[in-house]
Parts: sequence; C-alpha cells; structure tokens
Amino acid sequence: MKLSSKWMQLAALAVLVAVLPLFFPSGYYYRVGALIFVNGLAVTGLVILIGYAGQISLGHAGFAGIGGYACALAPAHLGLPPSLSILLGAVISAVLAVLIGKPILRLRGYYLAVATLGFGILVSMVLTNERALTGGPDGMAVQGLALRKILRGWGWKLSSGEFWYILSALAMLVGVWIALNLFQSATGRAMRALHGSEVAARTVGIDVARLKLQAFVISAVYASVAGSLLALQNQFVTPDIAGFMHSIEMVTMAVLGGVGSVLGAVTGSAILTLLPQVLTVFAEYEQLVLGLVMILVMIFLPRGLLPSIAAKLKGRGE
Amino acid sequence: MKLLMTTAVSALVVLGTTAAMADIKLGASLSASGPAAFLGDPEAKTIEMMVEQINEAGGINGEKIDLVLYDDGGDPNKARTFATRLVEDDEVVAIIGGSTTGTTMSILSVAEDAEVPFISLAGAIQIIDPVHKWVFKTPHTDRMACEKIFSDMQQKGITKIGMISGTDGFGASMQAQCKDVAPKYAIEILSDETYGPQDADMTPQLTKIRNTDGVQAILNPGFGQGPAIVTRNKAQLGIDLPLYESHGVASDGFIELAGAAAAEGVRLPGTALLVAAILPDSDPQKPVVTAYKTAYEAKYGETVSTFGGYAHDAVDLMTNAMKTGGSDPAAIRDALEATQGYVGTTGIYSFSPEDHLGLDLSAFKMLEIRDGGWTLID
Repeated sequence: MKLSSKWMQLAALAVLVAVLPLFFPSGYYYRVGALIFVNGLAVTGLVILIGYAGQISLGHAGFAGIGGYACALAPAHLGLPPSLSILLGAVISAVLAVLIGKPILRLRGYYLAVATLGFGILVSMVLTNERALTGGPDGMAVQGLALRKILRGWGWKLSSGEFWYILSALAMLVGVWIALNLFQSATGRAMRALHGSEVAARTVGIDVARLKLQAFVISAVYASVAGSLLALQNQFVTPDIAGFMHSIEMVTMAVLGGVGSVLGAVTGSAILTLLPQVLTVFAEYEQLVLGLVMILVMIFLPRGLLPSIAAKLKGRGE
Repeated sequence: MKLLMTTAVSALVVLGTTAAMADIKLGASLSASGPAAFLGDPEAKTIEMMVEQINEAGGINGEKIDLVLYDDGGDPNKARTFATRLVEDDEVVAIIGGSTTGTTMSILSVAEDAEVPFISLAGAIQIIDPVHKWVFKTPHTDRMACEKIFSDMQQKGITKIGMISGTDGFGASMQAQCKDVAPKYAIEILSDETYGPQDADMTPQLTKIRNTDGVQAILNPGFGQGPAIVTRNKAQLGIDLPLYESHGVASDGFIELAGAAAAEGVRLPGTALLVAAILPDSDPQKPVVTAYKTAYEAKYGETVSTFGGYAHDAVDLMTNAMKTGGSDPAAIRDALEATQGYVGTTGIYSFSPEDHLGLDLSAFKMLEIRDGGWTLID
C-alpha cells in the first residue's frame, strides 16, 4: 500500500511533466517549467533536511552557489567538461557540508538557523570579492552543455528551452524518487523520529549526530546540483545565486507547499516561480500579493498547501 | 495533484491573455526595483516617456510602438526568464535592457539564439567585446572612463597614483579596467585600496595612500555614497593631492553629499547631459540633451541622470533603425549596425560590424567641480 503510494506520486508527477507541454502556447513556458523543476529539486533537498529531519538551514543558496560556480570555473580553469563539473560541485558541496555540518549541527533552532545563515553569506561574499577568480559581482559566463549538441547530432533538434525542460524534469524526478525512497527507508524513519523528539530518538539508539549530518549533506548535494543546472541553463552565473534572498526563497517554497511532503515542495516551488510571472501585470503589487498569499497559507493551511488540503480532502480535518 | 494541475493551467490562462495586438512590439527588461533601481528606475521612466512621445507624434512609419516592459529587480535569473518571455511569448522585434552587467549577460544569449536585436544599458566591456551579432550597447565602458582620466593625468604630468575602489559591481569592474589600461598611459598604481559598499569611513585607506611614497593623485572608482565619503575624508585629512572620481558619481547629488568645500577641485569624466546648461551653443549634443532634460524633468519632477540618458539613446537608436529598416528584427539589426553619426545624450554613435558601442573617448567630457558647480575642462 505504502509502496504503491510512492509510485503513484512519482507517476502522477511524471505524467504531469510530460503532458503539460501539450498546452504550451509558446517556447517561453518551457523556460518557466525548467525553472520550476530546478527550484523543485533544490526544495526537495530541503524537505529531507527540514521536513524529515527537522533541522533548519538558511544558507542552502551557498551550496547552490558552489554548484553554479563549479560549472563556471572548472571548465574555464581545469578544462573539465560541464557535465563532470556538476559532479565536482556536488562533491565539493558534500565535503563542505560535512566539514561545517559537524560543528554547527550541534546547535538547535534559532542558533542553527543563524549558523547556516552565516555560511551562506560567507560563500556569497567569497564569490563577490574573489574577483580574479569569479569575476566579482558582474558574474561569469558558463559554457553550455555538450549534450544538446550530441542530441542534435543524432537528429534530435531541441530548442534550448525544450532541452532544459526535459533535463531539469528528469533531474527533479530522480531527486523526488530518491527522496520518496528515503522517506520509507530505515534512515528516513530514524530521521522522522529525530524530528519528533531528539531525546526519544537517542533513547531508542539512533545516532542523532550522524543522522543530522546525513540529512544536511544530502540536501547540500540537492542544492548544489540545482545550482549547477541553473548556471548551465542561464549560461551565466552571478553571486546572486548564493545570496541570502535565494536561501530564503528556497525555504519559503518548501514551507508554503508543505515541508513534510515532497510533492508539496514541488507545488510550493511551482507557485512561487509562477506567481511573479503572472503578477507582472500588476508589477507594483507583486510583493504585496506574494506576502498576502504566504500569510494566508500559514494561517489557514499551517502544514503547507498540499498536506493541509490533502488532509482536508480525506476528511480528517486539520 | 489536481491542485498542481489547476494552478498550472489557470496560470497558463492568465499568462496567455497578456499577448497584445499588432503594432511594433518593443521589449524591455530593466532593474526598476531592487538594488540596481538607481539604474533601472530612470531608464524605465525614460523609455516609457519616449515611447509615449513617439506614439503621440504618429508612431514609426505610421505604426504605433507597443512597449512591453518587465522589472527584473536586478536578478539575472529573472532577467533571462523575462527575455525568454519577450522573445517567445510577447514576440517583440527588439529588446532594450539589462540595467546591470549581470542581467545583460543573462539576456545576451537569449537574444542571440532568437536573433533579435538587443541594446544593453550596462557598462562592462565584455558585452561588446567580442562583438555579438545581435548585441549593442549605449553606455561607454569603464575602460573608456579610465582612459579619459589617465589621459587628463598624463597632461598634468601625473605618473604615480593611489587607487581606492568600491567592492560593488561598478567599482570592482572599473578598478580592474583601470589597472589593466594604466600602463598604456605610463601610469603606475602604487597603492590599491578598497572599501565595502556600506562602509562609512575611509580614512584608514586614505591614510595608507597618503603614506605611500611618490603618490601624485588619487583615483576613486566607485558609485553611490562611497565616493562622497572618500571626498569628505580626504578633505578632513588635509590630503593635498588631486582627486579623480568616476563617471558613476557625475551628478549634483554627489556635490551635495560630499559638500562643496570638500569637492572643490575634484575631477571626473561625465556626459554632456550633466552639463547641458554650460555647453557652448556650438556643441552638437546641446539640443539633444536640453530637449531630453527638459521633457524628463517636466514629466517626473526629478533631475535627469546619466543612466536615463543611456536609455534615451537606446530608444532613439532602435526607433531610428526601425524607421529605415522596418519592423523585421534582421532589418532593424542591419539598420542599427549601419548607424553613423547619431547624436545622443551620451555621445555621438557610429556603429560598425567590428564596433557595437560606437563611442570614442570624445563622448566623455572632463569636468571639474568649482564653487559647488561643474566646469568643463576641455
């Protein structure tokens, strides 16, 4: 039963992703779709950290920045192909996550939030100030992915938008699949126990420190890969990618959609990516509407959009 | 799931209805809000004003301009999405925009892929060097500002300088360009200091420069309040060296911030727009800058800025190209590249296949602050 629910969720998402382009009136929607998927991937990582393990991070854009700049710097300085640079970025992010996670994951609540915030700001400052290497605040160009050319060689001519729609969708689906698997696994159950009560989890023999670190590292890799995909897609990267606002945006997407649920997180990233595009008509009120939507969701659907609504539909109420 | 679908579908419906009818569609993505609003806000206002003026005067070859303007908030990622939207969904024939180098570089590859002419309003040299077929820009590069300053130093016999730069995008880019081009003018940079965009006191850096042997002048690549603080601190420390500021602070606001006494004798490269009133009548730019200044200040009740001037020139260049080339993107691009001797607020533009900036050093006027006002040096 449980297992089928996992496959149901994944299949529904896959079908949606595959069917949506049929309704696209122009190539622009592929770009929006690709952005939703890239954000969805990063936010899925946060669901593992925040929703499963109950730890907070306000610095995950730092990892996105590392992933993004790995794709800019490694091809330029090391001659590494962009596809391998994604891997390199993920490895660097994972190692960094272990190094900084060990000391700061001893902290809880606000203290952990502030420590991760500090990490994010540090990465952003390094990217801004190390001009000789990173091009400073003006950013730097990123080579395109060779895959698109290879596909073209095989007679599969995709526009940049279509290509990135497909690639980001696949990346997100893989990310979602892993997250859903984790949820059911022993590790996932232990993480949720940790979320429920750290003391109780420790009492039943769960290695709390190790588990927190695992969740932190996994989510860091998600953010890093998402950052890489964003940089490759934009063919340009600036320190904004590691900025404080980007961290906040990711957490907001997760919380809005429903931080305990992977599909909720994807919904959250879809809404927060779409809203600014829809609201360009009332540009002056954009921030106002965004804020209002968030306040309303938090008051009336405190568990996040998707889980709250799902619970209501099942008649269990809030 | 249903919810996701409904959200997505309803979003598509809303987005779909924004597509408007015929006319010539001109797209713009500017940083009208956010950290780069000092650039994007006057640019957006200028473009809106000019499109209104053109339409009131009957449009271009009888066709009205339909302006589609988005605010990217200075976020390169958003700028790219809006550029994609302009090209794919709004189907514009030309794009103006990219208030910052970051947003411009994100729009650049979209314009190139879609083969739509694009005029950027950002400073960095990498936008037009190497030349991209569909990409032009109106602001002079930081490098040219450095060259203008260095050539003035050369005339005064200055060969050894100290530099104090902001670490923001503007200051960082200009610092790098100045260091790069200094040897060409036999200028030696003996001291190279920096300050953060939020710093409120630059006396340590200035003291360090003062204590460096042989420094003959100070150059301050920076934007915003930083240069005003540098100017004030330098006066407070009684450092008796000529001070050069960047084109980024060429406004009356700078003199107010720094104080007329401290700013006395400061030199900087500026555009004709800032000194419209004191330009000699023989200056070819005088009618253009006066007309723009008068119209803008009457409409918005605020002083014109160099940045609005960049947008003014971009709209003029683009619409002139539409007049000769028609409304086909490729024809507009060709007409744009063929532009010769267009007199704008920033300078006199002559494009060529090898030069998509079309300005030379003469676009800059060397200005000196005297008695709280501007004086033309050359």
